[in-house]
Amino acid sequence: MSQLHTVNKSPLDRGALESAVNHAMKGSAILMIEDGVYGAMNGTSKSSIVSDAMGDISFYVMGPDLKARGIDEARLIPGIKVVDYSGFVALAAEHKATQSWL
Amino acid sequence: MSEVKKFLYVNRKAPYGTIYALESLEVVLIGAAFEQDVALAFLDDGVYQLAKGQATDEVGMKNFSPTYKALGDYDVNKIYVEQESLDARGLTLDDLLPLTYEDEDDDWAEKDSIKVVSAAELAEIMDQSDVVLSF
Repeated sequence: MSQLHTVNKSPLDRGALESAVNHAMKGSAILMIEDGVYGAMNGTSKSSIVSDAMGDISFYVMGPDLKARGIDEARLIPGIKVVDYSGFVALAAEHKATQSWL
Repeated sequence: MSEVKKFLYVNRKAPYGTIYALESLEVVLIGAAFEQDVALAFLDDGVYQLAKGQATDEVGMKNFSPTYKALGDYDVNKIYVEQESLDARGLTLDDLLPLTYEDEDDDWAEKDSIKVVSAAELAEIMDQSDVVLSF
């Protein structure tokens, strides 16, 4: 079983997403929540953090947090899966532990 | 108090993840009662506060983006948004709320409150302010 990493801050504000990606083993999952969902947007100066790691890590993003911020799913980096709250629970249950990158 | 001062509210954080964006907006509205020369600056992640289409039902928080539209009625019509911050985030003026005010010196003509400025122009605006509140 692999780890689930959550990131709750924007990569344009803090290095948490980059650090999480640098420390997530191949086959693990990263879920972007709260302000972390900005890391899922395509066309930003930090989009390559996620797109470069797409093959090795499974990326997820919280749908409710995208909607709250007015982010259209069409603007996400391809390959990221949108989940809701029950999806978050399922991810936590499917992984060994959850590591929060604040 | 007869001297009018140049107030600048600096917004650098995204909405909802922290309370800064909402607090800043509330201070602006309360401060409007003092009738000073108010300007707002949105840079870095602060530009996200003005994004259109915010729908917060599923996160159980109040959507306060409509309140930005009321700023014009409070005589707050100098809203500076930094170009470089938009560019770094893949955003354009079209992604932002259309904020307007009615110009009493021009027959109440409706005008745009948002002025997109460069970082260099914003630096000058910051330098010339008398009171700066940062969020």
